[in-house]
Amino acid sequence: MSDLLVSLQLERGQFELGFEGVISGTGTTGIIGPSGCGKTTLLKALAGLLPCSDESLISFDNRAWQSPQDALPTHERRVGFVFQSAHLFPHLTVQGNLGFAEDRAHNPEGPSQQQVVEWLQLDDLLDRATHQLSRGQQQRVAIARALLSHPDILFLDEPLANLDRSARDHILTCLQQLQRELSIPMLYVSHDMDEISRLAEHLLIMEAGRILASGPAAELTAQLDLPLARDSRANAILHAQLHQHHPEDGLSELSLGEYSLWVSHCQGEPGSVHRVQIAARDVSLCLTPPDDSSMLNILPATILELAELDQHQMVVQLEIDHQLLLARLTRRSVNRLQLSAGKAVYAQIKSVALLSD
Amino acid sequence: MQLASVTTLLLLILGTPLAWWLARGNSKGRSVIETLVAMPLVLPPTVLGFYLLIAFAPQSILGSLWQQVTGERLAFSFSALVIASVIYSLPFVVQPLQAAFRQLPQGMLDAAATLGASPKDQWLQVILPASRHSIITAASLGFTHTVGEFGVVLMIGGNIPGETQVLSIALYDHVEALAFDQAHMLAGGLVVFSFVSLFLLYRKAGLSPWRLTQ
Repeated sequence: MSDLLVSLQLERGQFELGFEGVISGTGTTGIIGPSGCGKTTLLKALAGLLPCSDESLISFDNRAWQSPQDALPTHERRVGFVFQSAHLFPHLTVQGNLGFAEDRAHNPEGPSQQQVVEWLQLDDLLDRATHQLSRGQQQRVAIARALLSHPDILFLDEPLANLDRSARDHILTCLQQLQRELSIPMLYVSHDMDEISRLAEHLLIMEAGRILASGPAAELTAQLDLPLARDSRANAILHAQLHQHHPEDGLSELSLGEYSLWVSHCQGEPGSVHRVQIAARDVSLCLTPPDDSSMLNILPATILELAELDQHQMVVQLEIDHQLLLARLTRRSVNRLQLSAGKAVYAQIKSVALLSD
Repeated sequence: MQLASVTTLLLLILGTPLAWWLARGNSKGRSVIETLVAMPLVLPPTVLGFYLLIAFAPQSILGSLWQQVTGERLAFSFSALVIASVIYSLPFVVQPLQAAFRQLPQGMLDAAATLGASPKDQWLQVILPASRHSIITAASLGFTHTVGEFGVVLMIGGNIPGETQVLSIALYDHVEALAFDQAHMLAGGLVVFSFVSLFLLYRKAGLSPWRLTQ
């Protein structure tokens, strides 16, 4: 599958959006940025739901979606779109909504209704009217409906924004399963870093109608000159290989180069690669390895860079096995330990979250 | 009755795109048109009838054009009655439709488009079926209102039996002639007819929220 090539300008009143770049045709690309930065506008413009300027160019899979001569209408772009609200058709049942998509499928091949219903657990809902569903259920139907139209690429615009916590977690798990089952590329817009880091391996960071940075999620989340690493809820994303399970302790041992990273028991065969997330708040540093600590994960690391957050707080970028880790420390600690770039330290990691099973 | 049926049909055909444009369009002339459509609600029917009578006269632009095209006189014809009724009942059809279209979320149409529905497909499979309750309401209101109209028809219809005589005017004639028995039959019939159609309408409208909670 080829990439989505974009050169796009758009004006809406006072707001200007400009985007030049390539969106990967494989895997999931997360688009993140503060509210009002143009994430939704970008997605709608790509789908042809908002007009962009005449000079704009968009092409995907050797088909021009938008060129100076012509703009392909939305219904011919073969895009699946999941909106913030489900926007189900009220005059049709759940089954009818799914059928609507199947009747107009963009491609002959794609997942069957049976598969999609199973992935999104819609079995008991098929005969219901759409107003009888909870918001979480409605959104699951909307995702199923988008998948059954067999799109070339799937756009998701903050699909979990209006949901309560349990519905969000449920759908996030469903989406992760879809990523494993399907090979279609996804573009996932959100302002929630938690959702993005669970789903996306590529990132586009937006600010005020511009792209601030784009690249692999593991690199951009830990880059100190970008807003993500400076956020109070900053996380680092690392890739680690499963070494072995320790069922007697309820733990699994991952390897990070020559070091071990202990996590709660997970699925998978030894050798499989897992993505883990480590919050900057959960990392503290010491100069000598403590031998009386209760922490399981104490790893040697090298300081690459330090940055001030405010008067009292600092964030430190560390390297472990050619991967990046963040630690959020007080300025007092930094001074007391005389931390500086190049210094070898030990990182005590309080908790590690598995992003994929 | 024939008049009301033809009028209602025409009103739906004309009123639906007009209501869509009023609900969704953003051109400058919108408020002017919206006001014009609502005018028959506030004007005495005789005022409307008076102007229409003048417009339909053979020496007027509309009247002479009609005569050239169809070869028939427009004033005091069934066609004239239909045109007058369409104008007179227009707000009763356009306003419910306009409200329904305004409530239809743009996102739903966007969703239909991303699912591969062309604009025509969206009209037939999303907009019309999703607004079907309002379309029924609009048609019923247009129909009952046309059956009950008096003033406009009195001014331009000419009360020609079998041609332009309508129920409400026949009733007026009977009362004038002191034929109270026949007047009772017509008036009672009209009351029963209005009651039944409105009752069916409201029961249908009232049922849906009840179903919602079940």
